[in-house]
Amino acid sequence: MQAQTLSGGFADTATASAVAFRQVMEAMARPGTIHMVTGAAPPAPLSPATGVVLLTLCDPDTPVHLSGALDCDAVRTWIAFHTGAPVVGPSHCVFAVGGWDDLTPLSAYQIGTPQYPDRSATLIVQVDQLEPNGAILSGPGIKDTHSLSLPETRAFQLNAGHFPFGLDFIFTCGDRVAALPRTTVVMHKGAV
Amino acid sequence: MSDYNFAYLDEQTKRMIRRAILKGLAIPGYQVPFASREMPMPYGWGTGGVQVSAAVMTPDDRFKVIDQGADDTTNAVSIRTFFERTAGVATTTKTSQASVIQTRHRIPEEPLSEGQILVYQVPIPEPLRFLEPRESETRKMHSLEEYGLMHVKLYEDISRHGHIATSYAYPVKVEGRYVMDPSPIPKFDNPKLGDMAAIQLFGAGREQRIYALPPYTQVVSLDFEDHPFEASKPDHPCAMCGAENSYLDEVITNDAGGRMFVCSDTDFCEARQAAGHTGTMNGKDAA
Repeated sequence: MQAQTLSGGFADTATASAVAFRQVMEAMARPGTIHMVTGAAPPAPLSPATGVVLLTLCDPDTPVHLSGALDCDAVRTWIAFHTGAPVVGPSHCVFAVGGWDDLTPLSAYQIGTPQYPDRSATLIVQVDQLEPNGAILSGPGIKDTHSLSLPETRAFQLNAGHFPFGLDFIFTCGDRVAALPRTTVVMHKGAV
Repeated sequence: MSDYNFAYLDEQTKRMIRRAILKGLAIPGYQVPFASREMPMPYGWGTGGVQVSAAVMTPDDRFKVIDQGADDTTNAVSIRTFFERTAGVATTTKTSQASVIQTRHRIPEEPLSEGQILVYQVPIPEPLRFLEPRESETRKMHSLEEYGLMHVKLYEDISRHGHIATSYAYPVKVEGRYVMDPSPIPKFDNPKLGDMAAIQLFGAGREQRIYALPPYTQVVSLDFEDHPFEASKPDHPCAMCGAENSYLDEVITNDAGGRMFVCSDTDFCEARQAAGHTGTMNGKDAA
């Protein structure tokens, strides 16, 4: 138990987080593209990619919300040791981590204020599959369209409708990440 | 190099900047506040750009710095050396070979590709600042999309000069929402901002703001139907390489009114000269 808590972090924090961030940034800048990340070995049920994203972006300044099965001792102690991020409820978090069904309803999270729309939560969604097919994405960062397997489309359409307010999403699956910022227009496959 | 953390900044600072960059990319054109650090160079020398570069850089990157298009000016040389020492990254002056390009006041002539990142040094990130000095008010104006004042400013240009006289830091509207200062690039470069394949990040160190343009983002220079935006440049070919379509610097060559126009992008100009292009004053003494 304790060995599991202490292990699984980046071997070389500075370079590993720099490489990981570039992948996450590319994912956020080009919504729907899938990128590989490595370097973290967090305890189950966190996936390696979720672990990498947490190690790269979280620290004592960023309250984290754990939802569903992820809210367990092993995950709490691992996050506490490696990032120092406080664990809070959904209404105060900067990052929320969990499966899609556990993270909803999305109305629980902060979507920013009129003058500071950046003060909104980023949801790290662990999904069972992450493939370049399914929903059709367009918007900033996308030349024509991208496809991404999203858990649903309606929630993302509503989120985009709030722009400039809104939530941003990072999807993780195994060692892969993709992202969906609030600007992306999501359409159901076959709707175009 | 081992005396410093990779890329100079401590990890918590880099995480803070990285989070700001992600929010900036999620809200194109919106200025994200960040806790800018003291850097070992004065404000106005690109501390914002340096902090953004430090946060995105990886050991495998090839780094290029340009200052008004030139690779060999003091600012460019010292920032390039700074990252050679503190991050151990490879550097280059060739636009096409660089993965991260930090720039002061120019966009390279050569089109950038996917996988490249362009980091701008920004002195005043707020496009409305000279029209409204209070940050509390400009925040409100952005939130209400109240940009009439900017159009009044451009209109006053027309009524005074007969055309829009703003020639650099020309305001743009991003994705039909936020009005953004593209940093003091000449308006000649404005059309390159939109639909660019590379990621564009803007860092203002003294003003503590980061903003971003994801690739292929719609960026429109503000104008009027009867006075459309025009990307202008000196009406000459480059005296060194003969280029007709690049942005030119005017260089005074003597006390008798002698002058020449040369490409401000040194890499572009040198590559053209190496390819055999030549201008009117190349290899000759300036008249």
